[in-house]
Amino acid sequence: MTAADHAPVQAGRGNAGRLWADRAFQAVGLGVLIVALSALAALLYDVWSDGYHRLSWQFLTTFPSRRADNAGIYAALIGSIYVITVTAVLALPIGVAAAVYLEEYGGRSRVAKFIELNIANLASVPSIIYGLLGLGLFVRMMGMGRSVLAGAATLALLALPVVILSTREALRTVPMSIREGSYALGATKWQTIWHQVLPMATPGILTGLILSLSRAIGETAPLITIGALTYIPFAPDSIWSPFTVLPIQIFNWVSRPQAEFKTVAAAAIIVLLILLLTMNAAAILLRDRYQKQGRV
Amino acid sequence: MSVSLLSRLCLTAAMAAVLAACGGPQGPSGSGSALVRLDGSSTVFPISEAVAEEFRLATGTNVTVGISGTGGGFQKFCRGETDISNASRPISEVEIEACRKSGIGFIELPMAYDGIAIVVNPKASWIESITVAELKRLWEPGAQGTVRRWNQVRASWPDREIHLFGAGVDSGTYDYFTQAITGKEGASRGDFTASEDDNVLVQGIRNDELALGFLPFAYYHENRDSLKLIPVDDEQDLPVAGPVAPNMDTIRSGDYQPLSRPVFIYVSEPALARPEVQAFMDFYVANAGELAAEVGYVDLGTEGYRLVGEHLASRRLGSAFEHGGSQVGLTLEQLLSRERLPQ
Repeated sequence: MTAADHAPVQAGRGNAGRLWADRAFQAVGLGVLIVALSALAALLYDVWSDGYHRLSWQFLTTFPSRRADNAGIYAALIGSIYVITVTAVLALPIGVAAAVYLEEYGGRSRVAKFIELNIANLASVPSIIYGLLGLGLFVRMMGMGRSVLAGAATLALLALPVVILSTREALRTVPMSIREGSYALGATKWQTIWHQVLPMATPGILTGLILSLSRAIGETAPLITIGALTYIPFAPDSIWSPFTVLPIQIFNWVSRPQAEFKTVAAAAIIVLLILLLTMNAAAILLRDRYQKQGRV
Repeated sequence: MSVSLLSRLCLTAAMAAVLAACGGPQGPSGSGSALVRLDGSSTVFPISEAVAEEFRLATGTNVTVGISGTGGGFQKFCRGETDISNASRPISEVEIEACRKSGIGFIELPMAYDGIAIVVNPKASWIESITVAELKRLWEPGAQGTVRRWNQVRASWPDREIHLFGAGVDSGTYDYFTQAITGKEGASRGDFTASEDDNVLVQGIRNDELALGFLPFAYYHENRDSLKLIPVDDEQDLPVAGPVAPNMDTIRSGDYQPLSRPVFIYVSEPALARPEVQAFMDFYVANAGELAAEVGYVDLGTEGYRLVGEHLASRRLGSAFEHGGSQVGLTLEQLLSRERLPQ
């Protein structure tokens, strides 16, 4: 491609060849996209056709049961929403503050470089390791017990690297001229960051947050490690409550010998997908609204 | 644009975090203060879940059950973080030591039997039974890469490839199978299709004419129309001679040897002082038989639960396996009456 790109435009055969290569690449790209999307569509269709008839208000509002017909996901659904909300509350301020430091204050200092390297590595650590860390640090050392707070803190650790990296990206896209304009009017560095830079970077920050939360909401391993439960006949009522989450409930139902539980699991997967899509949609709405405001 | 969306979000988050932190741990909450906490083996989970569900309907007391695995469950149990531990194998010496250090005495109670079924594809017409010696030849570590065809196991079987399926190496089923067949826990060939999810094994064997695998009995029972069960011959005259197929009766009576085993729950003695834990245990012993059968396990029989009930009432602490490790072929009576070391 590169040789052809840089060659002067030639008439005749050469030109036809270039155009053909262009079209071929487009076709291959489209083909790959179709393969990927149809795999996803097949998966969604399979889950939907297995589980949709099991969805009902009763399914959403009852507790798990050994009888597939009575089993519901109330505790897991509320648990998931509770845990992910607390995760966001913990990860957002810490992640944004860390990114602001690294991007605006840290500069190229040795400390900043060291932190940067660690964050990049953290992003690729397997989630079970975070579970073990959470068990030792939050559950035992800090005495949080097997609570919503301990689960959320563990998931926040898991989400932080992505939040920090995407916030830094977002901060970098804010043009230098905005900062210079702000300084020219006599604003301090902090005023510039708080009133000019952060508002402009918000859409990117929110996107990063939602992406990392979407990963966190599907996690099972770290939460089982810190002692999230599987059968729990009540919903969490505070951050100190024991809890379970949807992926753990689904995992348990899928591995049951009785075939009826697979239907229940499929229905729970649909609920998890809807929860995930709602989260993403909310993020997009929030971002678009804010982007419009930002331009005015 | 003086107060941005992000600043508002951050402030709210920080305030929420501070408010939440002020609460402080108030112990396990939920509706009401009485709570019984269980954790441990995912094999025993369905029984404990069923008992927990019925207990809540009967008394209104909340019970929680986790699935950290037998080992993970004992870790929490010996730190006093749970009241009762589900276990698909007896407690190990290391775990006994950990409990002793933290002063947690425990009562060991078998609650049901679990059998391991040997199954093949229904199209495998040549096989009607298998001996323990043949299973050993097939599964021992030395068989890796060398025993690969049916006729290497028994000459009358066809000269075709054999495809092996078995429970994953982290499961209690695998531990017990290797203990009973190859004679050493955790020792087997490695070139077989292993899965922690037994439904995957069912799928695999169902679709492969040359497959042979081992599964927890409950998984065979739920899929009995699409799997062929192979009776196992331990080549001993006692308790019965000849191949025995696992079913509720042969597993309960101990005739199906060596692939049946008891599953346990361990109750912490300090926790038993709490009335809700005592009530839950009484309820467990009274209803385990019916509920275990309902979720696919084999009950201990009326006499069995009477013995277990007596054992609970006598508060005899310690494990019958203190010096033996995992053992094959113990009857319930032997298990409950064996000497225990004073703690």
